[in-house]
Amino acid sequence: MAHVAVVRFPGSNCETETLAAVVRAGGTAELVDYRATSLGTAEVVILPGGFSYGDYLRSGAIARFAPVMAAVQAHAAGGGHVIGICNGFQILCEAQLLPGALLQNAQRHFTSRPVDVRIERNTTCCTADYARNEVIRIPIAHGEGRYVADAPTLALLEGEGRVVLRYVTVPGTDMPANPNGSLNDIAGICNATGTVVGFMPHPERLADTTLGSDAGHRFFTSIVSSLASGVGT
Amino acid sequence: MTHRVHVRIIPRPGLLDPQGQAVEHALGSLGFVGVGSVRVGKAIELQVGAASAEAAEAAVRQMCEKLLANPVTEDFEIEVEA
Repeated sequence: MAHVAVVRFPGSNCETETLAAVVRAGGTAELVDYRATSLGTAEVVILPGGFSYGDYLRSGAIARFAPVMAAVQAHAAGGGHVIGICNGFQILCEAQLLPGALLQNAQRHFTSRPVDVRIERNTTCCTADYARNEVIRIPIAHGEGRYVADAPTLALLEGEGRVVLRYVTVPGTDMPANPNGSLNDIAGICNATGTVVGFMPHPERLADTTLGSDAGHRFFTSIVSSLASGVGT
Repeated sequence: MTHRVHVRIIPRPGLLDPQGQAVEHALGSLGFVGVGSVRVGKAIELQVGAASAEAAEAAVRQMCEKLLANPVTEDFEIEVEA
């Protein structure tokens, strides 16, 4: 059975629903304290959303040096799966486990609303249960989600198919795309091997039909089924 | 010996700076004419114990590269008080 570590930093605020989403999908999960030096038996580590260390200096800048991050770095270096959601994505960029950076939204304010995103890569451990290019509607909630990288990095990400999620406008809906000014409408990316994934939207916030949609549920079933079948490991 | 060090961190040219834009618009609406290319960054002041001003600057440069500035998006300048 897939076992997932959800790291709780000071200021994390999405760890409980992230853990619940894994369990709902049939996996097991535990909260791991930011002071821990080991991830135990976890096969996947998730850095959840929130405002770690108050977002002081830059989002994720201080969290990346939390004691647990040495274990996360080692897990990633060994080919283990690491997923960063929202603040977790910011931490992964600051830790240079993913390229680029997430800056203040172009419209300057915190934005909390649904977005339509296209799953452009379904060969990661958290997107395997979606069809390639499937479009889903899940929420965002961030003030610093504008993805930037230099031109060579962007070209590399596009050329290697490492844009995992992209903001799109669905014809016939009035939902504006690109909620933050991200370059190339990028909502999520992965590393060269597809084992480290980061994205701004919050699938864990829409993973149960009692909330009106479970569009995000398959991120978590993907984790469970990917590990069971050895896909992407 | 202790050195007073000032660090200026500025968003890299070419990157959209929404704060700078907002300040520029505000200045324009207050009647300040001819203002452009406003960029908003951070100023950090530190007391650093080091044998010389050069050593203090070298230490702060390491701090900037590791934590204080993001090498992807920001440039920094270091000034050690005489």
